[in-house]
Amino acid sequence: MAEKNYAGKTVEVTEDGYFTNPADWNEEIAKEMATEAGIELTDKHLEVLNYLRKQFETGEALTIRKVGKSGVVDIKGLYQLFPGGPLKISSKLAGIPKPTSCV
Amino acid sequence: MIIVTRHFSARMLRGSIFASEIFIDILNPVTMKRILILGAGTAGTMMANKLRKSLDRDEWEITIVDKHRTHYYQPGFLFIPFGIYNKQDVIKPKADFIPPGVKVVFSEVDKVEAEENKVHLADGSVLLYDYLIIATGTETRPDETPGLTDKLWRKEIFDFYTVEGAVELQKFFKQWEGGKLVLAITELPYKCPVAPIEFVCLADAYFTEKGIRDKVDITFVTPLAGAFTKPIATKMLSELLAEKNIKVVPDFYIEKVDNEKKAIVSYDEQEIPFDVLTIVPMNMGNSVIERSGLGDDMNYVPTDKHTLRSEKYENIFVLGDAANLPTSKAGSVAHFAADILFENLMSAIEGRPLMAKFDGHANCYIETGFGKGALIDFNYDTEPLPGTFPLPGIGPFGLLKNTKINHYGKVMFRWMYWHILLRGKELPIDPLMTMAGKKMIK
Repeated sequence: MAEKNYAGKTVEVTEDGYFTNPADWNEEIAKEMATEAGIELTDKHLEVLNYLRKQFETGEALTIRKVGKSGVVDIKGLYQLFPGGPLKISSKLAGIPKPTSCV
Repeated sequence: MIIVTRHFSARMLRGSIFASEIFIDILNPVTMKRILILGAGTAGTMMANKLRKSLDRDEWEITIVDKHRTHYYQPGFLFIPFGIYNKQDVIKPKADFIPPGVKVVFSEVDKVEAEENKVHLADGSVLLYDYLIIATGTETRPDETPGLTDKLWRKEIFDFYTVEGAVELQKFFKQWEGGKLVLAITELPYKCPVAPIEFVCLADAYFTEKGIRDKVDITFVTPLAGAFTKPIATKMLSELLAEKNIKVVPDFYIEKVDNEKKAIVSYDEQEIPFDVLTIVPMNMGNSVIERSGLGDDMNYVPTDKHTLRSEKYENIFVLGDAANLPTSKAGSVAHFAADILFENLMSAIEGRPLMAKFDGHANCYIETGFGKGALIDFNYDTEPLPGTFPLPGIGPFGLLKNTKINHYGKVMFRWMYWHILLRGKELPIDPLMTMAGKKMIK
């Protein structure tokens, strides 16, 4: 575990930088984390992050496919918003745990 | 549940109003309780065998429904492209494995009407049940990926998850002189998570033995961050693939296949060209689940991961790949889960709480070529760990180690599958995972 400072708040994160407590998150923090990751956060980004947080709360495992079918953003759009590893990066910025595969 | 009420009223009728022998005879067939199993694959067949042995034939009618008459030994498909097995090595009639006293119906299922405890068959007939066991499995859906089933399908693009695909690939490999072989995984979850790794390892061995390995470039493409899902196994398997000069391309999420360029294209517009593509197509649950409104967005049935009961209906249980359990879709999982489901079904029948808890136990042999194999053993909470796996009389097998004995474990398994596993007999492996022999590493 490590500690990070975002938007004047100290938060605990895992070795890979994922929040250990999703309740620590707010949009200001997300903006700072995004800048750190080289992403300028737009309203669309925030819409996706909020969707991910809502899904996380329901306890359902998130997959790129599921996000793509959510109506919030399609898969291609998700890749454009969070290039590289879209689900991993977006989960990190949404303050939720690293997406895991169950098999 | 509705059915309990019905039995109660049937008994009341018998006892109070219609006390004559004639009525008892008529009512008896009605009071026979019914278990209906959908799917006579690995999971359904095992369950039919277990249940028939334990339930009184005068009280319980067991029916199993499947649209196909042939049982496939699916773990054997992997060996067909390399000529190790042929089609006849992996097929037997389904009916051979259903015990006497179980009614077999070969028919397509139209839909399940869960609120009414009814199953509608394609020919319009209706089957009633007191308890339903859904074992309809998962199927490959190459049609879900644009371009996959176009002009290169089964000519230069193959799957090995169907016997047809595996047989076609065997023919192709026999005459192939080399080039770029790409194995690509479309989407998670897919059946038997280690099979694609085994495929590239066996390809390495096959082309080495053929004397053209230097002309074959093998690439393993996955949407995962590494060769496997969990860190310790990924490390072991990545090293193994590197040793065999098999390239791994992680984080590649296929959008489509470009038939003109002969390349797979990802959502972020990267391309990987191929001369021959072996694809692990998208997997989805059976369409009957969708038609019945019983599934999630991939047609898997939401199932309590510990009790194996449907999250929505108290008299529906789900076994094997059809469930949305967060564990591997594999025969070993269905086998371990069958013991737990059996216990819980008995509890449900007797009106007791469901006490048996499935832990997601999976046990997978990984064939790595040249007469060797590796073994992984894990569950919901414990990732595959190194160490040894105890098996009375035969083992121990090395966990996450590439050894000859593990290969023999895999070879032996086909015999065990047909003779022990499908017939619902006991294997000397506990359904719940054991930590015995496993090494904890940080």
